[in-house]
Amino acid sequence: MSEPTVLLEGVAKAFGRQMAVSEVDLAVEPGTCVGLVGHNGAGKSTMIKMMLGLLRPTAGRVRVLGEDPASRSAANVRLALGYLPENVALHPSMTGLETLAFYARLKRQPVARNPELLERVGLAHAAGRRVGTYSKGMRQRLGLAQALLGSPRAMLLDEPTSGLDPELRQSFYDIIADLRDEGASVLLSSHALAELEGRVDRVVVMNQGRKVADGTIHELRRLAGIRPRVRLRLDGGLRAMANGPPLWQGWSQPARGMLEAECDEDEIASLLQCLPPGSQDVEVIRPSLDDIYAEFLRHRAAPGETA
Amino acid sequence: MRATLIIAGKELRDGMRNRWVVATTLLLAIFALTLAFLGAAPTGSVKVAPLAITVVSLSSLTIFLVPLIALLLAYDAIVGEVDRGTMALLLAYPVARWQVVLGKFLGHLAILAFATVVGYGAAGLALVLSTDSGTEAWRPFAGMVGSSVLLGAASVAMGYLISTLVRDRGTAGGIAIGVWLLFVLVYDMALLGVLVADQGRTVNGAVLNGLLLFNPADAYRLLNLAGTADISMFSGMSGLAAQDHPGQAALLAALVGWTVLPLLAAITLFNRRQV
Repeated sequence: MSEPTVLLEGVAKAFGRQMAVSEVDLAVEPGTCVGLVGHNGAGKSTMIKMMLGLLRPTAGRVRVLGEDPASRSAANVRLALGYLPENVALHPSMTGLETLAFYARLKRQPVARNPELLERVGLAHAAGRRVGTYSKGMRQRLGLAQALLGSPRAMLLDEPTSGLDPELRQSFYDIIADLRDEGASVLLSSHALAELEGRVDRVVVMNQGRKVADGTIHELRRLAGIRPRVRLRLDGGLRAMANGPPLWQGWSQPARGMLEAECDEDEIASLLQCLPPGSQDVEVIRPSLDDIYAEFLRHRAAPGETA
Repeated sequence: MRATLIIAGKELRDGMRNRWVVATTLLLAIFALTLAFLGAAPTGSVKVAPLAITVVSLSSLTIFLVPLIALLLAYDAIVGEVDRGTMALLLAYPVARWQVVLGKFLGHLAILAFATVVGYGAAGLALVLSTDSGTEAWRPFAGMVGSSVLLGAASVAMGYLISTLVRDRGTAGGIAIGVWLLFVLVYDMALLGVLVADQGRTVNGAVLNGLLLFNPADAYRLLNLAGTADISMFSGMSGLAAQDHPGQAALLAALVGWTVLPLLAAITLFNRRQV
C-alpha cells in the first residue's frame, strides 16, 4: 500500500480543559474515500482543522502529504489540498465567477478553467450572480467548486451534504467518486451513517472525541454484533409454539400471529428450510446502519470526559 | 508577495462594492471643500495664501476623521472573517498568515489613500483655481495629504491589532472607538492636566516632546501645524514651532513606527491564534 495521504497518530486536541479529540489514529490512502461519522461535537471538524493546520494538536502527530500541515513550509501541501468547510461561508458581494477566480489565483491555477468547473457543479447559469443571492444548495456547490480547484490530491469535506436535496446529494457523490477514481484521497464527515452506504470505502465512527470504530460498512455490521432476525406470520402461532417445542425454541411472539427469532447470519438458511407449512410473510430483518451506529455509540462510548 | 497582492486587490474591490471608497471620498471632499472656502475667507486681510490656511483647518479635521474612518475600516478585518467562517477557508489555501494581514493592510490603505488624495486634492485644486492665488503652499499641502495617509495607516494597523486581540466583533468595535477617543481626545487632555499640575518641574520641553511622539495624532498635528513658518503662525503654534520640537524626521519616524509596530504585533498574534 502506498504512503497514506492523511495520517494521524495518537492525535489529541484540548480546548482548555475540554478534550475535543483524544488518541485518534487515522490513515487515508490515495484513491480511497473515508467517511467520518459522529454527532455534532464528536470532534470531526476539529480533526479536519488539524489536518488543515488551522489547529495544532495538543499531542500526537499529523501528516498530510508527508508534511506537518501546521508548519511554515506547509504552503505547498495546501496547493494540493481541497477543503469544504461546514456551512461554507463565502463573500456575499462577489459573484460566483469572481469567487472562484479569487481562490484560483491563490492556488496558482489558471482562471480560464473556472467556467468549466462551475458547469461541472451545475452552477453555470448563476456564474454572474452575487453569492449573496444564492440558495444554500448553490453556495454548497460553489464551495465544492473551490475545493475542486487544481485537482487536489486530498479532499477534506466537512459535512458536505447537509442541507442538500437528494438529487444534489447524488451529483455531489458522483463528483467525489470521480475524484477518488483519479487517485485522490477523500475524507468526508457526516452525522448520518446511513447516508454513506455505498459511497465510501471505509467509515470511521467518532464519539466524544474518540475513535470507536474504523472499517468498511460490512465490517462495522459484524463488529456491532447485532444479529439478524427472522420474522414470519403463522396462523395460530401460539398453538404451534406450544405444540412443537424443539423447533420453536428461541422464538418469541412480538405481536398476535407474528413469530420472530434472532439467529446468526449462517444459520438463516437452515432456519428457513425447516419452517412449517403455512408460514407467511417471511422476512429477514438485518440491522439498519442507524441501528449499527446507535449500537456503537451505546456500547463503545468513551469513558466520560470532564465535560 | 503574489498572495498578498491578490488579497489586497480583493479588499480594494470589496471597498468599492460596499461603497466604502465612494462614501469616504465624498465625505472627505465635502468637509474639505467646506473648510477650504469658509476657512479661507479671512485670508484677504492677513495676506496668507488660502492654501496654507486650508492646511491648518484640514489637518485639524484629519485628526478626528481619518483615524475614525481607518479604525472602522480595520477593526472587523480579522475577527469578522474568523466569525463569518471565511478565514478558515482562506487559510486552507497556500497563504501565510502574514500575507493575509499585509494584503488586507495594503488594500485598506489604498482605499484610504484614494479617499484622502482625491477628497483633499479636489478641495485644494478648487481653491487654487477659484481664488487665483499663488501655489507656494502646495508643498505643505501635499505634505499634509501624505501625512494624513500615514496617520490613516497607523490607525488601520492599530485596528488590525484590536481585531486579532479579541474574539468578538462587537468587542473589537467598542475597543476601536475607545482607542480613537484615547488618541484624539483623552491623551491630550491628560497631558494638559499633567502639565498644569506639574508646573514645569519634571515635565520639561524634552519630556513633552517625547510624550507627544507617543500619540500618532499629536505627531501628525506637530508635523503639519508647526511645519512651516507661515502655517505655524496661522495655526497659533508659532511659539511651539520656534521651540525645539522633535523635528520632522522624528515625527515622521513616530508615525511610521505607529504603523509598523502594531502591524507586526497583529501578525505575531494572528500567527498564534487558532481559527
